[in-house]
Amino acid sequence: MASTAKLPNLNQVSRVDQVGVEERAARFCARSIKNESKQEALMMVLSMIDLTTLEGQDTPGKVTQLCHKARHLNAARPELPTVAAVCVYPTMVAVAKKALTGSNIHVASVATAFPSGMSTTKIKLEETRMAVAAGADEIDMVISRGAFLQGDTRFVFDEIAQVKEACGKAHLKVILETGELGTLDQVRRASVLAMHAGADFIKTSTGKVQPAATLPVTLVMLQAIRDYYHETGRMVGMKPAGGISKAKLAIHYLVMLRETLGNAWLTPVWFRFGASSLANDVLMQIEKQRTGVYQSLDYFSLD
Amino acid sequence: MAAKYTVSAKRTSAKVGKKTRRATPKTKNVPVAKTYKLYINGKFPRTESGRYFKLEHKGKVVANVCQASRKDFREAVVAARAAQKGWASASAFLKGQILYRIAEMLEGRHQQFVDELQAQGVLKAPAEAEVDQAIDCLVHYAGWADKYQQIFSAVNPVASSHFNFSVPEPTGVVSLLAPQRSGLLGLVANIAPAIVGGNTVVVLASQRLPLCAISFAEVLHSSDVPGGVVNILTGATDELAGQFASHMDVNAVIYCGTSKQTITEIEEQAANNVKRVITRAGKYAHGPYTIKDTLEIKTTWHPVGA
Repeated sequence: MASTAKLPNLNQVSRVDQVGVEERAARFCARSIKNESKQEALMMVLSMIDLTTLEGQDTPGKVTQLCHKARHLNAARPELPTVAAVCVYPTMVAVAKKALTGSNIHVASVATAFPSGMSTTKIKLEETRMAVAAGADEIDMVISRGAFLQGDTRFVFDEIAQVKEACGKAHLKVILETGELGTLDQVRRASVLAMHAGADFIKTSTGKVQPAATLPVTLVMLQAIRDYYHETGRMVGMKPAGGISKAKLAIHYLVMLRETLGNAWLTPVWFRFGASSLANDVLMQIEKQRTGVYQSLDYFSLD
Repeated sequence: MAAKYTVSAKRTSAKVGKKTRRATPKTKNVPVAKTYKLYINGKFPRTESGRYFKLEHKGKVVANVCQASRKDFREAVVAARAAQKGWASASAFLKGQILYRIAEMLEGRHQQFVDELQAQGVLKAPAEAEVDQAIDCLVHYAGWADKYQQIFSAVNPVASSHFNFSVPEPTGVVSLLAPQRSGLLGLVANIAPAIVGGNTVVVLASQRLPLCAISFAEVLHSSDVPGGVVNILTGATDELAGQFASHMDVNAVIYCGTSKQTITEIEEQAANNVKRVITRAGKYAHGPYTIKDTLEIKTTWHPVGA
């Protein structure tokens, strides 16, 4: 991939109409969703979650616990889907891999000096290889925002391409950290850059910077994916992450996905939610739909 | 709009600074009627359902009142849950101070509440008495804030090497179906003991006399009561009673009324998560035992010696 990838001319990237995007994004929140569709949507959201723990206080015990939660979202309802992946730090990959043996749940690992990306390319590549060797199925890398904002797009492009190469068979998700890019135009440029450099997924945020994922930002990225698909014929996945903790909001995202990219993307293969507390809210809503009674977090396991 | 601009243009064109007196405007002020909205999480939103009912007295419409929906209730419970931990950990002294502050603010608005009760059909003398009693009630519970713990706590004798003690803790989120007959006192006499115990509450105001509830929310709002500690809805009791009783994130439900059928319904719904059900009817018994209704006693066994 790296040898064939070519840095696109970012000056040619179409500009984003910020007001238009915000208006359009707001519209997705106003769709009427009937009960049956809601039920289906909730199930789909569950299956698209990358259950995430990225904290300095993570321990093997906590990661094992989270993997257990990933496998058994609600012990009383085994017919529910499992989440798509568990997302951890590189040092926890082996632990997660072991805890998820025998399930279809992927292990995703952040890499490349997450969350700031402030390290040398050599160390980033080494970290990526280490995570893949430990068994990561997916790598979530961060771009060098400093270099990107400085205009050094060649450096950012090469770095993504090199990490992609280091990933081998593992899927590469590229985190743009849109909260640090400043404008939607920059988000669009970074998306184009990442896709051309070989990203399998583009992802909004690390979750460590505010604002994290928002509907407008995600819409801009989805539009970039659509245009890239029309241009090259290659599908790229999308992962909004950070700040999506309510089922209702997650459904708005699905509506936006459906109306921007169409049905082909409506699967965990092409769309993920990076979240830590979303799963429980979705479970609560599913239970609410089933019983007709508003639920309490007291009755759902924390992890 | 155009007319308004002409007026202001005239005013600015008048020479300011000269001793010529501006003629007093001949137009009368249009009275501004208050919009009675809900009180959720320290804010005054309209009901999400967009439903209103007309409150009438002697054939005249007194006010348009929000008819809250179950979704408004859900929002209120989320707010109450979020506020509960912080409110429970506020010091007893602070809770007392805040309750006293509510009393002060209510005193300042004495006349407004009397007028409001009268607009809803209460006679003048009972209306004045009711506002006085509501203020007294708040002061009463403000005093209890740092005292009830001593009455309900105990060091228990046990036949093993343990230091065994019991202390009261708040039950959590309390939903309250306020009495129909008393628009202010009934409300205050139920809210005050619940919050002084560290609970947060979601209240459905009297359907017949809802106005004072929302004005009382304004009093709470200016009394340092943190947002979410008291949430007040107006609406149909029949419609919402089931929700008040069934919500899994509510820990206790207080029903002020005598309908046997409603009580049975509430008890059945509350059984889902073993909610505490408290029914109150008739007179308001002020005192520590009313606080105790929404307290839970936690007993600790602490090993000592060998």
